[in-house]
Amino acid sequence: MLFTKLFIIFLSAVLVHNYVLNRFLGICPFLGVSKNSSAAFGMGMAVIFVMTIASMATWLIQHYLLIPFNITFLQTITFILVIATLVQFVEMVIAKTSPALQQALGIFLPLITTNCAVLGVATINSDSNLDFIGSIVNGLGAGVGFTIALLLMSAIRERLDIIDIPECMKGIPIAFIIAGLMSLAFMGFTGLVSQ
Amino acid sequence: MSLKQDFTRGIFAENPTFRLILGMCPTLAVSTSLINAIGMGAATTFVLLGSNILVSLFRKLIPSNIRIPAFIVIIATFVTVVELIMQAYFPALNKSLGIFIPLIVVNCIILGRAEAFASKNPVFPSILDALGMGIGFTGALALLGATREILGAGTIWGYHLLGAGFNPVIIMILPPGAFIALGLFLGFFNSLAKKRKM
Repeated sequence: MLFTKLFIIFLSAVLVHNYVLNRFLGICPFLGVSKNSSAAFGMGMAVIFVMTIASMATWLIQHYLLIPFNITFLQTITFILVIATLVQFVEMVIAKTSPALQQALGIFLPLITTNCAVLGVATINSDSNLDFIGSIVNGLGAGVGFTIALLLMSAIRERLDIIDIPECMKGIPIAFIIAGLMSLAFMGFTGLVSQ
Repeated sequence: MSLKQDFTRGIFAENPTFRLILGMCPTLAVSTSLINAIGMGAATTFVLLGSNILVSLFRKLIPSNIRIPAFIVIIATFVTVVELIMQAYFPALNKSLGIFIPLIVVNCIILGRAEAFASKNPVFPSILDALGMGIGFTGALALLGATREILGAGTIWGYHLLGAGFNPVIIMILPPGAFIALGLFLGFFNSLAKKRKM
């Protein structure tokens, strides 16, 4: 029963309510880092990592600090500071413990603080009253969904470089049209999970 | 640079949405109708104005190596103010804008203006800059919102515009429509900008 519930949360975050294509969160890195696949993969892994940890940390703060002291109106300001600190901290830990991981994720980590998808997932967790495990699974699913969208996009954009498209549509405009078509395809998953 | 330029820059030459391509997430998400677009634009303009004024006032006091966290705290404070005002006076709008109100914190336009303009300029030009950028952002949102609402629902500001015989293109108010409409608008403004240069 519990497993089914968690699986539905995960599937919903990855496919049905894909954070990029359905909820419009994290569009900046989606357009900025999707020019080649290896960068997209690095960014995706960093986002999965940070989203999962951020879901965990913000849930604990929400339920053991903000709600008991009745200061939930400070949610936004607390969450953004927690996420910024967390990213900094994760960066330091990785630098000390795993130089290989540092090499792979290094340049992407600082960018993640201003990725609205991370703050978005924390806010959505608290808005939809998920429990601790549910929040973590939702964070993980959001990250996986983001990575899938980013990888698909980067694979398409690598091919776009050699295709003849109108001058004014080159770059970002055509990327948006493609994202629209991808979003259309992802709409096919609606109904997979009824909420 | 003249004061007039500080004001008009954000509206045309450096329009945050169509020229600088900043703040895409709220642009795509809330442009389902004109009223949502104007509401989001007004909320963002308010935060932009408040943060530009405070950042500009404190620009000599904030040490440069911790300026980004300081800016974020200032911005988050104003976002909290907007959240509370929205909850108290505009509950319907607050509900339809949803999580994009708290997400104004991470809108790159606001941090971008604090870093690029307000932290280097006196208060009055910073106010003009915030107003210009805010109007540019609101205008872009309104254009996109109106287009999507007319095509996708056949209404404007909630009023029926095209009569009962009109069959709405529902895709325009769904997520794919947002991406496609914005992509076409960006392409259109690119070609305009190119023609003016030639």
